[in-house]
Amino acid sequence: MATLGDLERSVMEILWTDGEKLSAYDLQTRLADAGSTKLAPTTVLTVLTRLENKGFVARDRSSRPHVFFAAASREDHMAELMHEVLGAASDREAVLARFVGQVSPDEAETLRRLLSGR
Amino acid sequence: MLTASIALALLAIALAWPVPLALSAASWPSRAPATALLLWQSIALAGGLSMIGALLTYGLIPFGDDLVGGLLGLAGVAAGDTVDRVSLLHVFALTGAVLLGGHLLLNLALTADRARRQRQRHRRLVDLLSSPVPDSPGSRMLDTAAPVAYCLPGTGRSLTVFSAGLVDLLSADELRAVIEHEKAHLDQRHHLVLLAFRAWNASLPWFPIASRARREVGLLVEMLADDRARRVVPDQTLATAIALVAGAGEQRPTAEPDDIVEQASPAEVTARVRRLLGGHRALPFPARGAVVAAAAGLLVVPTVLLLAPAVAGIGGLAL
Repeated sequence: MATLGDLERSVMEILWTDGEKLSAYDLQTRLADAGSTKLAPTTVLTVLTRLENKGFVARDRSSRPHVFFAAASREDHMAELMHEVLGAASDREAVLARFVGQVSPDEAETLRRLLSGR
Repeated sequence: MLTASIALALLAIALAWPVPLALSAASWPSRAPATALLLWQSIALAGGLSMIGALLTYGLIPFGDDLVGGLLGLAGVAAGDTVDRVSLLHVFALTGAVLLGGHLLLNLALTADRARRQRQRHRRLVDLLSSPVPDSPGSRMLDTAAPVAYCLPGTGRSLTVFSAGLVDLLSADELRAVIEHEKAHLDQRHHLVLLAFRAWNASLPWFPIASRARREVGLLVEMLADDRARRVVPDQTLATAIALVAGAGEQRPTAEPDDIVEQASPAEVTARVRRLLGGHRALPFPARGAVVAAAAGLLVVPTVLLLAPAVAGIGGLAL
């Protein structure tokens, strides 16, 4: 059975790929086309509301029914994530622990020498 | 109480300057990272305790003969009793103790709360942009070419995250080493120790020892995690994995100037690799035992100095 997280990712995939505004009904159909079992309309709306609260999905209220679209592209979100992982966010180390931090070219050279010396 | 106050002040000075300086210059911590980590925590805790204790015991001198008596006397003054011999210096010391204690605790709470919220936000991004790894619950793979691995501690499920680029870069054994390393961080709750030292550093930004302690503790937890990884792969494999990931990071074309500043301890990665290649000799058991005893002693001494007169007083009453 698909979890909410799986559903959220499936919905985002559809919104990212299509790049157009879709209603909950459109999404329900596309999700069914994509192979998952047909979901109740309330489930689709729940998923969309959750995504909206997280800031991943925006809603156009000027049309009836409301239509939904991706707030930013997948690449933008990935760039944001990688910036937190690699980048200069000053409290990053309080958030996550990286396997290896950034090294200077000098240190990279030292490492290469150390390993080839064996 | 004046004696206790002076003794606490001397201890506070020793723990704020020469002791951490000597420890960060010593070479044995890399041979016993867990023991050294314990000692660092003990130094930080005992240092804070003796600093606040020295101010508190000095400030309470006019109010009573020991900590308990002094606090009761102070409560009495608040209720309207009058005490003579209270100088401005005593008032300053008392205020200082309260402010310092409050400042340290408040910073810890703020740092913890900020980290928690940022983790939640990051977690949402990871959930959206990564896929679960079959046969490895708690691991997620990011679909990106940059070779990265990290762990994301959480209140509920903690996650080990690595990228498709890392899988391409490393052999199966090297990858196993990386994942084991990150799991060790999560299992041993290293983020809590790092958070405490980070908060300490944030509350005393003008105090160079605090940032040095934070870096040393950061390196020690990496070594501890390395030690877990080397249980499942040979040392050489882990060293290769570290060097490969570090080398790939160095070549990253999009490196921003800010990132360079963030390399807090430039020799950290080299220290880890040297330690793995140099043939690891664990510190002998008696030496480790002595350090643990010293760490315990550091905590006992200020506690006794704070409470001993009171206990002696109560003992005297009982007799």
